[in-house]
Amino acid sequence: MHQLNALNDFVVRFANVNGTGSASANTMFAKAIFRMGIPVSPKNIFPSNIQGLPTWYEVRISEKGYLGRREGIDIMVSVNPQSMPKDIASVRPNGYFIYDSTKELHKEFIRDDIHYLGVPMMQMCMDKFADPRQRQLLKNMVYVGALAALIDIEIPVLQEIITLQFKNKEKLIEANFQALEMGATYVREHFKCPLGLRLERRDKVDDWIMIDGNTACGLGAIYAGATVAAWYPITPSTSLVQAFEKYAKKLRVDPATGHNKFAVIQAEDELAAIGVVIGAAWNGARSFTATSGPGVSLMSEFLGLAYFAEIPTVLVDVQRGGPSTGMPTRTQQSDILSAAYASHGDTKQVLIFPSTPAECFDHMAEAFDLAERLQTPVLVMTDLDLGMNDNMSPPLKWDDSRVFDRGKVLDEVQLEQLDKFGRYLDVDNDGICYRTIPGTHPTKGSFFTRGTSRDEYAAYTEDGAAYVRNVDRLLHKWETAKTYVPAPEFYQDEKQSAIGIIFFGTTTYAALEAVDILKEQGVVLDAMRVKAFPFNDEVREFVDAHDRVFIIEQNRDAQFRSLIINELDLRPSKIASVLNYDGFPITAETICNQIMESLIGKLSPAFVVHEAAPPSQSDVEE
Amino acid sequence: MTFVRPVFRHPDLPKNKLGYTRKYYEGALSTLCAGCGHDSVSGAIIQACFEMAIEPHKVAKLSGIGCSSKTPAYFLSNSHGFNSVHGRMPSVATGANLANRDLMYIGVSGDGDSASIGIGQFVHAIRRNLNVTYIIMNNGCYGLTKGQDSATADVGSINKSGSANMYQAIDMAGLALELGASFVARSFSGDKEQMIPLIKAAMSHPGFSLIDIVSPCVTFNNNKGSTKSYDYTREHIEATAAVDFVPFMPEITTQYAEGDSISVPLHDGSLVHLNKLAHDWDPLDRHSAMNRLYEAKSTGEILTGLIFIDVEAPELHGILKTVEKPLNRLNKDELCPGEQVLKTINAGFR
Repeated sequence: MHQLNALNDFVVRFANVNGTGSASANTMFAKAIFRMGIPVSPKNIFPSNIQGLPTWYEVRISEKGYLGRREGIDIMVSVNPQSMPKDIASVRPNGYFIYDSTKELHKEFIRDDIHYLGVPMMQMCMDKFADPRQRQLLKNMVYVGALAALIDIEIPVLQEIITLQFKNKEKLIEANFQALEMGATYVREHFKCPLGLRLERRDKVDDWIMIDGNTACGLGAIYAGATVAAWYPITPSTSLVQAFEKYAKKLRVDPATGHNKFAVIQAEDELAAIGVVIGAAWNGARSFTATSGPGVSLMSEFLGLAYFAEIPTVLVDVQRGGPSTGMPTRTQQSDILSAAYASHGDTKQVLIFPSTPAECFDHMAEAFDLAERLQTPVLVMTDLDLGMNDNMSPPLKWDDSRVFDRGKVLDEVQLEQLDKFGRYLDVDNDGICYRTIPGTHPTKGSFFTRGTSRDEYAAYTEDGAAYVRNVDRLLHKWETAKTYVPAPEFYQDEKQSAIGIIFFGTTTYAALEAVDILKEQGVVLDAMRVKAFPFNDEVREFVDAHDRVFIIEQNRDAQFRSLIINELDLRPSKIASVLNYDGFPITAETICNQIMESLIGKLSPAFVVHEAAPPSQSDVEE
Repeated sequence: MTFVRPVFRHPDLPKNKLGYTRKYYEGALSTLCAGCGHDSVSGAIIQACFEMAIEPHKVAKLSGIGCSSKTPAYFLSNSHGFNSVHGRMPSVATGANLANRDLMYIGVSGDGDSASIGIGQFVHAIRRNLNVTYIIMNNGCYGLTKGQDSATADVGSINKSGSANMYQAIDMAGLALELGASFVARSFSGDKEQMIPLIKAAMSHPGFSLIDIVSPCVTFNNNKGSTKSYDYTREHIEATAAVDFVPFMPEITTQYAEGDSISVPLHDGSLVHLNKLAHDWDPLDRHSAMNRLYEAKSTGEILTGLIFIDVEAPELHGILKTVEKPLNRLNKDELCPGEQVLKTINAGFR
């Protein structure tokens, strides 16, 4: 049998049982590779369950720095009998299947086109460790040790991570070291190490970090000066406010009194969560919530109020598979339309689309500035892939000279000098009016905030003309917003093709890889990453400059395509779609295939090659 | 409703200690029906704030949706107001309060707003002991949509169209007691003498202060057979005690009980006097208050007055241990950890 050969370029998947402590071992594996200077992209594929169901951890290693998901498993580490048949089937021909050989593998599990590497993980742990719970945990470390020998992970790097993780717990460190060594020694004695798939130290990760998007968003809120967070637990956004709270407890406690410079409310539901945010923002505190699709649906009525009553509101939507409960632990970009037009009546909401943890951090800070500048809700649209997975990212950056843009808020002195305050007077002709915070001035600046129609002085009115003046001004403000929201990013200096691709958020990783692959096949594409809605002029110019435009997104109904056609009044036939919505992060292969199929009527040749067996130097013995 | 209100005021109108007349605490002209109980409640709020010499800009008034929720426009026009979403005032008030603990918050709601669509938020605001004076203008019906029964309508109460309500009523005061509210009172819009001291005491109480006020709907629920009509309420009213509110006076500091009267000192130093206490009832004991309330219910009385008060329960900011300075006044230097700290955080992710 042939074997796969690749240096710093393959995919390892771990098949585990949920709740067995595998996450920590798997993370160590990915982190060790990262610390060897090799770009790595781990993804958790987990069930909606606490204990017992299958869970997977997939790590793509790519010297070229491609961080998108890749189809095909090169090495499968199987420690879950329940999912074994499926796991065996998912290994690429000539790939490796590493399993716990404490019990013999059933005959029907034997494929003749993959390599089986049995390691008696449980048996070794039974022989070595007394505590049953510890055996379970250390079994995970045994396979990490085995992998270290098989693909050349530097053992000292793993030891360093273990030492850090179990700081001051000498016994645990020692046990983990032993388990690691046991795994490595066993495979060295029984198989030819390393395999054709192996690692070699590089210097390709620069000063980057590995962090999940939710943590980065939570930190962004800390740095942006958010003081009130209200939320209701929902996967995959839960860890976002938890991260905010964790860092707030470290960084926002007055050392003199022990009192908190923040308040977190775990609300009774999403309606209350957004209500708290709106109340706090109305009263001059920076506040935010984080949720996912079902939460956005529940918050929609309030989002209409915030739009109409013009209250700065920051919401992070960590998208997951819908509709309804859908696939709560899988990723999608399927809230685009429900977020963009959230609420009844004529509403449009500002959206921002970060694609890396560093951008999550930056965009959070920007969202607070934008919300207060524009006096409207701003929805930061991430997804499960970005929010919950450790993503390689440039380091988070903050410039101490940066000031918070609190927007048009009148202080006591300004109010004192004012003859008559009109909350909804468009003084600057940009659609954005001046607001006041309760308690500012004893006799001036008070007004009545309402979701009903009002005149320029905030007085209730059912006069049609006053209503139209108001909603038209909101549209004027929407136009102004285009000059404030983040501009798109381009990946070519000047136009080089008649075909353009547009993408946003986590699709970026796979899209950029696809551009490279297609270029090798002679298909040159211009690429634009959209970072915000409303679409600014550069977005329109890009579309206008190309004959055909593909929009790559992760939902069934091509929601972003609908949005852009609607908002820019585009000819639909000019805009094609590349779609992925099975709950797994999109791959370059999907993008290449769909584009090539659309352009030339057949699949991209790049991926046909993948299925053929590459030449090998030697076979591996079992 | 009245269309014109004279602007002329007598030059010798009494002024409070801030130098403001009562007029300064008024709001826009009410658009509710003539004789609506809610206008009397607004009047009592105005009078209470005037007498207490509250700075209007230090008050925020919030409401949900419905006839009752319109009233914040009709009092304290020098205060910021927020007429929010149906049933969601408690959450908006929670956020507002978190942003600035120094203001006073008056939440106005109705029986539809608080007992039906918003009962979840009502319940959870109580759990958190949010510092708000929460006034329910309770008329047992939906006014703005023309008279449907609400969840506080008593079983058998007959509405204007002649049909009897078939479902159990939710007793908002009883529910609040059960949930651990730190101040529970009930009143009647026709009893200004009682409403004004209750509102003053509620505003002085640091924590969730509920005043469930029976406030008849003259248009849709004031007919014979309704248990929320003016006549029915007057006939069945039973006060727990005569309430008097004594603002802060340094010389009065001790709590005392004199036979049938009791004085409860509040945190700001003011006192609530309860005279002619109902027999076998201790307003500082939740158990006793619940018993008294259920007893009244079983005999068909509408128990009014201060039913229960707990002056020790920490309000939300105490529970969350927030800083003294209002969160909305903290500046960038107080909130942003800065570049150097971020470098350390980055290092932890390598």
